[in-house]
Formats: sequence, structure tokens, C-alpha cells
Amino acid sequence: MEFTEKHVEGLKELLYKMADDLLIIGHRNSEWTGLGPMLEEDIAFSSMAQDKVGQSLALFELLHELGESDPDTVAFTRNDNQFHCSQLVELPIGEYDFSMVRHFFFDHAEAIRFEMLADSVFEPLSMVARKFKGEIKYHTMHADIFMKKLAAGGEESFSRMQNSINETFGLALGMFEPGNFEAKLIEAGIFGGEAELQQRWLDKVVPLLESFGYVVPKVENTEAAFGGRHGVHTPHLQPLLDEMTEVFSIDPGADW
Amino acid sequence: MYGNAYIENDGNKVNSILADEDPIKLAEFEARIAAGDKIEPKDWMPKEYRKQLVRMIEQHAHSEIIGSLPEGTWITRAPGFRRKLALMAKVQDEVGHAQLLYSAAETLGKSREDMTNDLINGKSKYSNVFNYPAPTWADSAVIAWLIDAGAIVNQLANSKGSYGPYCRALDRICAEESFHLKYGHDNVVFLATGTPVQRAMVQEALNRWWEPIMHFFGPPDKASQHSEILMRWKVKMGSNDSMRQTFLNMYVPKIWDLGLTLPDPNLRKNEETGQWEYTEPNWETFKQVINGNGPCNKERLAVRRMAEENGRWVRKALMNKDAVYATPLA
Repeated sequence: MEFTEKHVEGLKELLYKMADDLLIIGHRNSEWTGLGPMLEEDIAFSSMAQDKVGQSLALFELLHELGESDPDTVAFTRNDNQFHCSQLVELPIGEYDFSMVRHFFFDHAEAIRFEMLADSVFEPLSMVARKFKGEIKYHTMHADIFMKKLAAGGEESFSRMQNSINETFGLALGMFEPGNFEAKLIEAGIFGGEAELQQRWLDKVVPLLESFGYVVPKVENTEAAFGGRHGVHTPHLQPLLDEMTEVFSIDPGADW
Repeated sequence: MYGNAYIENDGNKVNSILADEDPIKLAEFEARIAAGDKIEPKDWMPKEYRKQLVRMIEQHAHSEIIGSLPEGTWITRAPGFRRKLALMAKVQDEVGHAQLLYSAAETLGKSREDMTNDLINGKSKYSNVFNYPAPTWADSAVIAWLIDAGAIVNQLANSKGSYGPYCRALDRICAEESFHLKYGHDNVVFLATGTPVQRAMVQEALNRWWEPIMHFFGPPDKASQHSEILMRWKVKMGSNDSMRQTFLNMYVPKIWDLGLTLPDPNLRKNEETGQWEYTEPNWETFKQVINGNGPCNKERLAVRRMAEENGRWVRKALMNKDAVYATPLA
């Protein structure tokens, strides 16, 4: 099937939101460097951060091939209302329980997204998705182990984790905010769509969390934190961007 | 990254250091070291050897973890993808070095937890250089190039020491540090050959860091019987001055090649002696900083203490005796 202009627009929208999610979560994960609850976790969060930022770069490169500006310009010169990340990823790292729950929710969604995209008819995307699948399996493995261990780690640990799950669930549902071109992407075989992704994600994370002993909030009783995909963000994103671009903006034309 | 071992001569007479040791075992031990053997954790060793090694490896480990803080603050500000990814990996390596070194020190009988407590209580020391701020991006570049370069000079020497676990950790650390040095050099080259703003930024950072770099190798050694023994046991592998000379010889020409200057009008190589001449850095400042009065001592330890406090529940949960074992593989 021939790609129309709408298909390309939908594809760009998809790539932007994925790239922005990965850049911002990678940036947040990197903030654990030197501050983790143990050295091994500093190192783990840093490894994941490097994978995320690397994946984001690969997606910005695809966008560049589709006519957008180069990755550094796109990533380091936009303001918050031009970002398409979900609100989940932009929140500060907070305490380790929140960072861990976010990591669990986000990475399971990404793993399924990459799996779906591995079959995309847009071959450059299916190729990177296959590569990312190999990386992300270690991220979900890490999250699963810690979600399980911290559930069984005594009362304080369990209640911290359960509270974080309760507070983060609606933010996580915000990841699946539909784009403007869902039907076009599905019709063309570029991407199976956010609704399918959300269902597959729920089928994965709910039984897993329940098997660890947690109670998972009901989707129908939870308000999804929508807005991020359309440039509506929490007050936390712009300060993150100001920090991220602090050096680059001294002279965006310079070679750094 | 680690510069110099703050081996304190606690005033003990050599005789009293060795007084309780079995002379036959001591002679065998010294003969093994003289023959180039490595001492392993379960081998017999004099008490003073164990004590000095724990102190040194522990200081080194603390230096890695504290050292990740001044550079770590630049990860979130690194300009562009290439630098962001490289700096994350670089600082991650430093944390990994701490992990390796705490493990090496644990083989001598002190737990990681005890070492961490001594760090946050201010009992253990770490490399002085990390008590200085890194106010600009260029500071992070200068650290990655020249502090890592200094660390390599020291660590390469120490990797030829006598204690097996420390030497093996250092071999791996040096391999990684050599990438850091390349990263730092590349970064400094971009700034030094960049716009006037970039150039000024890197020159100012270099001016700021010159004294801490000169301090990095420690004060000129005073000859003592104590340090003689530590040299004989291959705990201390070179004098602070000789390491400083090696560093100056390797890096001052590279700095000058980039058109950068150093804030010491007396710095020159004496072609007759082959030695570098320089103005002695202010050793009183060094003493002040090492004793807790540097610009960032309190901040660095406060951050470390906060991380320990905030992470306590996680460590406690993982040690829970009722915890189920989670299979680590998929």
C-alpha cells in the first residue's frame, strides 16, 4: 500500500512520542547515578539510561531521514509544549519506589510496543524495533525481579511499593493516549495502535503484579493522565529541559 | 579516579609495627613479595600490611563513588547526544570501580557497610580533588582528561603492587580509565579549538583545576622507615613526587599544544636534569581541604549520607529473611 501524507504524518507523530519518551525517561534514569540505594542499582539505572537515550537517538535519526532537523537540534532546542512524551516519564525520580514502579510500567509497555513494531511495514522502524527488543528484555527482567523482591521485603517495603503502584497507575495509562492518526497507522500496518498496546500491557502487568501480591487499581476507576502526547505537560518538564539544554544553548551552532 | 594514598605514619616505631609478627612468617612473606609473587586473601600477612591496604583500597573506593558526584551533575546538562551518552557511561564506570574496589577491600576483612559508614561519618578519607566544585561544562572535561590521566599514572604503578585482588581490580580499572582519558581529551580539544566562548571556558577551568591537580599526587614524601617498609612490601609503589613528574612530563606538553596556558610562570622542564620545575602548590590549602574545610566537603558527604538514608529501606527489604528468591534469569 502506498503511504499518503497522512500516513507519514502519523508515522512522525509515533516516532516523536516514542523518541521523546525514551529521551526523557533516560534522562531521569541517569539522575540515579551516584544516588542509588546501592552501587549495583546506580549501575543498573545508568545502563538502562544509556539504552533509552541511545534508542531515542536512533528514532530521532529516523525522523531526520523523514525530513526533520538533526537529532541534537530536535532534542536540545524544543520547549515543553513541543514535546510529546507522556507525563509519566517527566516526573522527578522521587524515591526509589516510584522510580522502580515507573520503570516496571514503562518498560513493559515499551517491550510490547517494540514487539508490535517489529512487524511494522515501515522497515526502518521494524529494524530498530527488533534491535531494541534485545535490549529491553534486560530492563523488564530487572524491574520484575525488584518488584517481586520488594513485595516480599517486609511491611515497609511492601506498603511503599503498593502506594507507588496506586499513585502511578493513572500516569501509566497516560502512555496510551491515542494519537491523531491511529486508524491510518493501523490501516497501513505501520503500528497496531495504542488501544491494542494498552490491552496487551494490562494482560501482562496485572497478573504479574498480582502474582507478587500487589493489588492493581481498576482501569475503569482510574483517570488516565492524558495530555502529554499533545504537548500538555506537568510543571516538571520545562525545568528538566532547561537543565538539559543549559550548555547546548550557550551556542547551539558550536561543535560541542 | 584516585591520586595518592594518604598513608599516615602514625608515629609507631618500625620495631613496634613488626614487634608481634612471627619472624619466620614475616621473612617468608617478604621473600615472596621480593620474588614478585602476589599475596592472596587467605595468605598470611603482617597486621600492618592488612591495615594499610584496607585504608588505601577503601580510600580509593570512596574516591570513585564521591568522584562520580561532581561529574554526575553534568550528565543531565551534557550538550548533545554524543556527549550525553559518553558521560553517562564514563560516570557509570566510576561507580563500577567503587564496586570492584569495595569487593577487593572486603577480602581483607572489612565489610562494605562498615566502609560506607566510615565514609559518611567522616572517618575515612577520599581523594581531595573531589572536594572542589565543577561549575562549568569545561570543568567536567578537564576532570575527565587530566584527573583521569593522573589517576592512571598512580593506578598503573599500584597495579604492580603485591596484593592480588587490588592489582586485578586496578588492571580492569586502568583499561576503562584509558577510555575516559580519550573522552576527556576529545572534549577538551573541541572546547580549545571551538568558539571564543568555549575557549575561554576551558582555559578558566584549567586555571581553576591546576592547583588541585598538583595536589592530587600528595605532598612531597618525607623519607621514613615506615614508608620504606611499605615500599618494600609493595603497598606504596612510587613517591608522590615521582608520580607528579611522570604526569607533568606526559601532559603539560599536550596542554600547551592546544594553545592553553597553565597558571604557573615557573613551570618548565629542566633539560639538564630532565625534571619539571614548578611552584609548589599551597600545601596548607591541601591540609585544610583534606581535613574537611574544602569548598565541597560538606556537600559531598551530605549527598552520600542522603543516598544511604534514602536507600536504607531497599537494602533492608532485600536482606529480609522471609524474602523469596527471585530467579535472576529470564
